[in-house]
Amino acid sequence: MSRTHLNQLEAEAVHVMREVVSQCDNPVMLYSIGKDSSVLLHLARKAFAPGPIPFPLLHIDTTWKFRQMIEFRDRITASLGVDLIVHSNPQGVADRINPFDHGSRNYTDIMKTQALRQALDAGRYDAAFGGARRDEERARAKERIFSFRDRHHRWDPKAQRPELWSLYNGRVERGESIRVFPISNWTELDVWQYIHLEGIEIVPLYRSAIRPVVERGGTLIMVDDDRFQFVDKEKPEMRSVRFRTLGCYPLSGAVESTAVTIPEIIQEMLLATRSEREGRVIDHDQSDSMEEKKREGYF
Amino acid sequence: MLESSDLIATDIETYLSEHERKGLLRFLTCGSVDDGKSTLIGRLLHDTKLIYEDQLLGLRADSAIMGSAGDRLDLALLMDGLKAEREQGITIDVAYRYFSTTRRKFIVADTPGHEQYTRNMATGASNCELAVILIDARSGVLNQTRRHSCISSLLGIRNVVVAINKMDLVDWSAERFHEIKDEYQAFSKELNFTDTYFVPMSALLGDNVVEQSGHLTWFDGPPLMEYLETVEVGGADGLEDLRFPVQLVVRPDLDFRGFAGTVAAGVLHPGDAVVALPSGVSSTIDRIVTFVGDQDEARAGDAITVTLTDEIDVSRGDLLVGVENPPNISHDIDAVIVWMADSTLEPGRQYLLQSVAGLGGASVTAVNYRVDVNTLEQVSADNLALNEIGCCAITVDRPLVFDPYVENRQTGSFVLIDRMSNSTLAAGMILGVSSGWDRRPDAGLVRQSSEIEPSERAARYGQLPATVLLTGLTAAGKSTIATALERRLFDRGRATVRLDGENMRLGISRDLSFSAQDRSENLRRVAEVARLVNNQGLIAIAALVAPKADVRERARKLVGADRWIEVFVDTPLAVCRERDPMGLYQQAEAEEIQQFPGVSAPYERPTDMDLRVDTSVDSVEKCVDSILALLESRGILNA
Repeated sequence: MSRTHLNQLEAEAVHVMREVVSQCDNPVMLYSIGKDSSVLLHLARKAFAPGPIPFPLLHIDTTWKFRQMIEFRDRITASLGVDLIVHSNPQGVADRINPFDHGSRNYTDIMKTQALRQALDAGRYDAAFGGARRDEERARAKERIFSFRDRHHRWDPKAQRPELWSLYNGRVERGESIRVFPISNWTELDVWQYIHLEGIEIVPLYRSAIRPVVERGGTLIMVDDDRFQFVDKEKPEMRSVRFRTLGCYPLSGAVESTAVTIPEIIQEMLLATRSEREGRVIDHDQSDSMEEKKREGYF
Repeated sequence: MLESSDLIATDIETYLSEHERKGLLRFLTCGSVDDGKSTLIGRLLHDTKLIYEDQLLGLRADSAIMGSAGDRLDLALLMDGLKAEREQGITIDVAYRYFSTTRRKFIVADTPGHEQYTRNMATGASNCELAVILIDARSGVLNQTRRHSCISSLLGIRNVVVAINKMDLVDWSAERFHEIKDEYQAFSKELNFTDTYFVPMSALLGDNVVEQSGHLTWFDGPPLMEYLETVEVGGADGLEDLRFPVQLVVRPDLDFRGFAGTVAAGVLHPGDAVVALPSGVSSTIDRIVTFVGDQDEARAGDAITVTLTDEIDVSRGDLLVGVENPPNISHDIDAVIVWMADSTLEPGRQYLLQSVAGLGGASVTAVNYRVDVNTLEQVSADNLALNEIGCCAITVDRPLVFDPYVENRQTGSFVLIDRMSNSTLAAGMILGVSSGWDRRPDAGLVRQSSEIEPSERAARYGQLPATVLLTGLTAAGKSTIATALERRLFDRGRATVRLDGENMRLGISRDLSFSAQDRSENLRRVAEVARLVNNQGLIAIAALVAPKADVRERARKLVGADRWIEVFVDTPLAVCRERDPMGLYQQAEAEEIQQFPGVSAPYERPTDMDLRVDTSVDSVEKCVDSILALLESRGILNA
């Protein structure tokens, strides 16, 4: 039987992970707890079986993640016996930086981008895996699978290393690093289908349930804890919703849905006419915002 | 056919199980700046309904500001990713796009048409099985078209679609289409394409992209999409023997030692005998271990972990290969290099060479020639600049295990890395073990000329210089004729040098084996010596098998066509076998000698020789007579 597209994509991702472990001294996997991270983690188990995953996971905790995400993170990592490093920007925490008072742009910069740089510097990692895919956004369509970052974690789209065949150049000097995207060539459908076929566990927030939400500027935001700042006479409504992408709860838009099983979610996705990142508030400013964030070191 | 929304809506489980079985086609699109390439991909995504509503809204906004499609949606803007490029209005890097239909999934590498971006195109092509080459029907085949076709061919793509676009602007003219098709075919017959499909279309209007065109009724082939959905791609990876490059040694505890990697060619099973290279130590595959349990088979493209029955030393960069048809191992290789850095490739500089066989130091010992990618001509060159392609001789500081790129893209490719900046400088496609034919002498060497005029030599010897090559099977009678010819010429007072293949191997060619590669080198040395003695006014008589037509042709060019006389000693194989004075045929049949022309390797019969003789019919004397008659008729003996 000829190999299916998922066989090929899986083999490519496994090859990439093994290449990083062979070439780099101190790799780490960025673990966002989302579905792409869950796929990445599953691929890592496959790549190094029967051995353990030979690198730690790093979670940048903005302190505003959904509670169910944190529970999921702690349970999964404990059950797999992988090292988990959790880092929050201490200055941001001290200054009580939050998405309600400081705006999504500042908040993202301080609690995500800066926090990530701090953690990568502290760990002296020379390679960091991420779950980004080229189909998500225009700027990502051109990024290499092994994406070089300078000492300041900056990406220079004009000075990318040529990447041919399955030969990846992971050589760096001290302080420089490589961001590695093993599932670059996967689409959202591939990710869901793989989750379905492999029975990969995902955060329950991806599945529909009755949840408390407020509608704000056309976006449904879930009231996940008592830090939520209501505006005017906002009151949480109980609606059947789910999330297409997960991040900080005040910045994640929910969609109304009754899809619970993975096939139902896929069905809804295929029939939907809105693209995945649309639920993420940070991309809305302008279409080049992701490119700018990436240049600055955002994943 | 497009994705079936009906099935998605009514029976998602069935849809998913069908989708799960789809194969994957990776193709590349290339064309000049204005050929409408981005529009084509935008059209494919749009017509397969892969553009979401919010993206479409963004696109409408962008089209109004930056678009160049008038009131229409500028589909090209979907493809042009980065800010700077969008402002310039051209795509400057490789962008990847994804879509699927009911039959296949596709990954599209969109590569730029701009003159200076050869490197991006090579990058995109390296992982593709097919190339779509766009031609603007108004302008026809351009230098860029040739360039893109050459690079696709060099990178191992064998299936090509020539999309003749903007047919709406030439009034849907069948005549124009055929004119361009003929022009393209004339140029591309030098390339290594096995399948070329020509399709007229208008990406802007959608004619013949996904849907059949109402304007192109004279064209009866399938539209582009249907062709892409059904085409069978072979690619350059025809090698069927096992190649398993070890990426990583997996050693979780003292009881388990596995070798992880991606199978580059062939098939492997537990129980298969393998050889580890470069060490040459043999072992047997014990298990194929995966996360979900042991497998009983693994094929090219599978990422697996194997264990061996013996505790042999294997590490990253080693290859496990089958017992039959092993890959090459050499310090010295010839390779086609695509130079991708701003600094120039200079022979002598040290680089790092990374391949599936690991990382090592390497230096380019010579630039043999540069390839003019517009004409495919070999141009003499001392270095390679950004975006130039050339053939180079490379020396590696350890034995490199490889296959020629034409046989396997994975084991035949490498990149060169700068030792200081760590940047990737070049992509390389290995031709084979370094051959003296292509190697250019070091720069600065000057030929010392003689004070004696050719005419003085001709007067002294009463002859013009010439090289007589006696080619034919082993035991055909070549050496016998050569010795007899030498005697007859000597007796007539002529000055000759006899160059016997076997005598060469006792001295000058003592380092050579009987492989095709080394036979070629032996003939090169004979030809070089023949040229030297010809320049001294002497007649060279060369007797060797010289089984390959292309190698004989190179020898002819080296010596000079006007001095070259090729005599085919066409004694039938059965007679040669019968004679077999040294028992070589017997040994070849018992496989004690490999690659023996006429038995286990081809002897390519000359077709445009100067003379054919057959020692099973004619006596040696008669053969020599006819050679002498030929020499006389050419005026060589009556100077």
